[in-house]
Amino acid sequence: MSLNPESNGKEEVRIGFFVCHCGTNIAGMIDVEEVAKYVATLPNVVVSKDYKYMCSDAGQDLIVQDIKEHRLNRIVVAACSPLLHERTFRTATMRGGINPFFCHMVNIREHGSWVHSEKASATEKAKAVARGAIGRVKFHKPLEKRKEPVEPAVMVLGGGIAGIQAALTVANSGKRVYLVERDATIGGHMAYFDKTFPTLDCAACILTPKMSEVGAHPNITLWTYSDVEQITGYVGNYKVRVKHRPRYIIEKDCVGCLDCIDHCVFKNGNTDDEFNQGLSKRKPVYIPFPQAVPKIVAIDPNACDFLAKGKCDQTCIPSCDKNAIDFTQKETFDDIKVGAIIVATGFKTFDAKRKPLYGYGKHQNVYTALEVERLVTSSGPTEGHVVLRDGRTPKSVGIVHCVGSRDHQTNRWCSRVCCMYSLKLAHLIKEHTNAEIYNFYIDMRCPGKGYEEFYERLLEEGNHFIRGRVAEVTDAAQTKDEEGKLVIRVEDTLAGFARRIPVDMVVLATGLEPREDANDVRRMFNISCSTEGFFLERHPKLAPVSTTTDGLFLAGACQGPKDIPDTVAQAGAAAAEAMALMDAGFVEMEPMTSEVDELRCSGCKTCLNMCPYSAIGRDDAKGVAVINPVLCKGCGVCVAACPSGAITQNLFEDQEIFAEIKEILAHA
Amino acid sequence: MPEEFEPRIIAFFCNWCTYTAADLAGVSRMKYAPTTRVVRVMCSGRIDPQFVLSAFAQGADGVLIGGCHPGDCHYIEGNYKMLRRFNLLKRMLSDMGIEKERVRLEWISASEGDRVKKVVNEMTEHIRALGPLKLPEAMAKWDVEFEEEVKEEPAHV
Repeated sequence: MSLNPESNGKEEVRIGFFVCHCGTNIAGMIDVEEVAKYVATLPNVVVSKDYKYMCSDAGQDLIVQDIKEHRLNRIVVAACSPLLHERTFRTATMRGGINPFFCHMVNIREHGSWVHSEKASATEKAKAVARGAIGRVKFHKPLEKRKEPVEPAVMVLGGGIAGIQAALTVANSGKRVYLVERDATIGGHMAYFDKTFPTLDCAACILTPKMSEVGAHPNITLWTYSDVEQITGYVGNYKVRVKHRPRYIIEKDCVGCLDCIDHCVFKNGNTDDEFNQGLSKRKPVYIPFPQAVPKIVAIDPNACDFLAKGKCDQTCIPSCDKNAIDFTQKETFDDIKVGAIIVATGFKTFDAKRKPLYGYGKHQNVYTALEVERLVTSSGPTEGHVVLRDGRTPKSVGIVHCVGSRDHQTNRWCSRVCCMYSLKLAHLIKEHTNAEIYNFYIDMRCPGKGYEEFYERLLEEGNHFIRGRVAEVTDAAQTKDEEGKLVIRVEDTLAGFARRIPVDMVVLATGLEPREDANDVRRMFNISCSTEGFFLERHPKLAPVSTTTDGLFLAGACQGPKDIPDTVAQAGAAAAEAMALMDAGFVEMEPMTSEVDELRCSGCKTCLNMCPYSAIGRDDAKGVAVINPVLCKGCGVCVAACPSGAITQNLFEDQEIFAEIKEILAHA
Repeated sequence: MPEEFEPRIIAFFCNWCTYTAADLAGVSRMKYAPTTRVVRVMCSGRIDPQFVLSAFAQGADGVLIGGCHPGDCHYIEGNYKMLRRFNLLKRMLSDMGIEKERVRLEWISASEGDRVKKVVNEMTEHIRALGPLKLPEAMAKWDVEFEEEVKEEPAHV
């Protein structure tokens, strides 16, 4: 690619300066005409103009025309953030016939007009930074983007509904997918649910066919009980090491007959069943739930007598006619190469014990919503009978909304799904028990297709809605009616007085949180996160599934609380982004890499240890450092460290930055 | 009474965290002092101590460096490299008589727009209290003094 063969960056510098009004976004706080006038007086500036919307077609054409008309060979655009429109103006510059990297952007909107409130000083600041750019752009050199082929495979991390949807979408396009799941089965949180709001269709009926499809898909390699151990490489060419934890079962031999579970030395469960939220017990050898995919048992090393204590009759081994039980299994590893990665690691629910006044863990009839999900499910520990821990059927139930959400003491955000799932549970509990249901809410948030209608339906079904944040759940009775019951103390903000509502059962609508190991995940994958810990998208509106790491996409609640329809839609979007990347066949690498000037390099090796990507080697014959441009990611750490000044970083050369500093400060 | 002194702060922000945080502050319309002039670098590890010295020498009243939080660097550990250089640089600057409030290193993640506002405002206040640095003028004066000294006492050959 040679965009302008006659340009070598050494001819007379002719700069075009364009400042954008952005409607009134910039022009309202910065006198753009004055900025243009000022820049026109600077050396080498041939054209200096302001325009209403530089990013519009007309604005871009202005650049293209002026390059041709005035033989411009450098472009400076003062507008919004380069993170938003750098590509736009580089492309326009290229259309004008000069190398796109001769264009530089100055941010006078996000860093200027939007954050200042005094026009004179904001204008002075804009002039200074514009002058800095004029100073630096002189030193710009023509650069080329390197093309790298893309590996046509995707890794999906996390096998909840987001990961399942993303994996199936990519796999259906004919690409290879590696689905890596930490647990023994895929399905995620959705597998816990009985019904889904607002349609009340059975969660298992819509989820399990998709799970089986994943298990049977020829393009999907499903690895459960597995973690990502290490990741290297870059967009289009990620190398991932996946660790498979031993499940003590030879996966390819297990047919899922479950005979071993019957023959375990433990006749009853000895361990809390995670799938039933600890409401029942399971054995050391178990399958999470009957429709688990893959339908392969696992042996819990903490619960199994042989693995934990080394002593057991091992009655499970002879019970397996496939000889699939293998207590000698160790961790194994697989190394894969993928072009893109979709992170769909999901969420965890708020720990209700962090709100001690609600009595979870203290009063036995206080439940979390997820526990009640299991109670209303026919496949759950009580086979769908909503009963208290002592076996009684509750006659009155209080559902406390916003537990751990919208709360400055815990999590400030709204978890988005709790209002709707509380309505769903209210409906289901009423259906199962005909109990009186009290919902305690701050605001009912039911935005979504059919959601408000569902709320209305619940109102018509005779559920009680009390507006107010619950203060306390207590068993201290004050009247005879309250004896033996849990009393919910709340200020009814619509009625305007404090109330005490005695109920048999309390359901805490716990909010959604980032997973406890979200930090480890994002550090391994180099994803930013927002203050609350959810993974950060590249742009909240325009790049909602991308991250700042190219080739890495987000799906589902790891990016923020969302319900199933939104999760599935986002997973589809992440899959589409990954497919677009692969179908292009190659990626263009930013040219901001560093280079060593052999003549100036003293061979001191200082830079070698600086590089986090091992991109710097040493040519022992010449006694100089050599940077591998394929491995270099363009951070510039080595440049700053080189004592001989022998390393330069494209677009961030010393002379460019020094010129920028000097010119910014030259403006009084 | 002279007009209130408006410091000029050169801010080196890393592309992935602090620059993005400053963008977020903009999008959220948080108002802060118009004292910073941002120089974007890809990583705080790119910041050569000479950039800081150069900024002071050319008349900056302060230098702010913004990078990703420890462990969050887009380039794995560039911010640690910056931290090491910064600690050395700080000692050197204080030996040169440049007050410690004039140079500041902050870890600001992409979601911490409010922190950009807070740090810039704080730094502006601190520097305003100190007054202008005027290093270029001082350096010019030193040059004259040096010339005179050389004239008075010719160097021993």
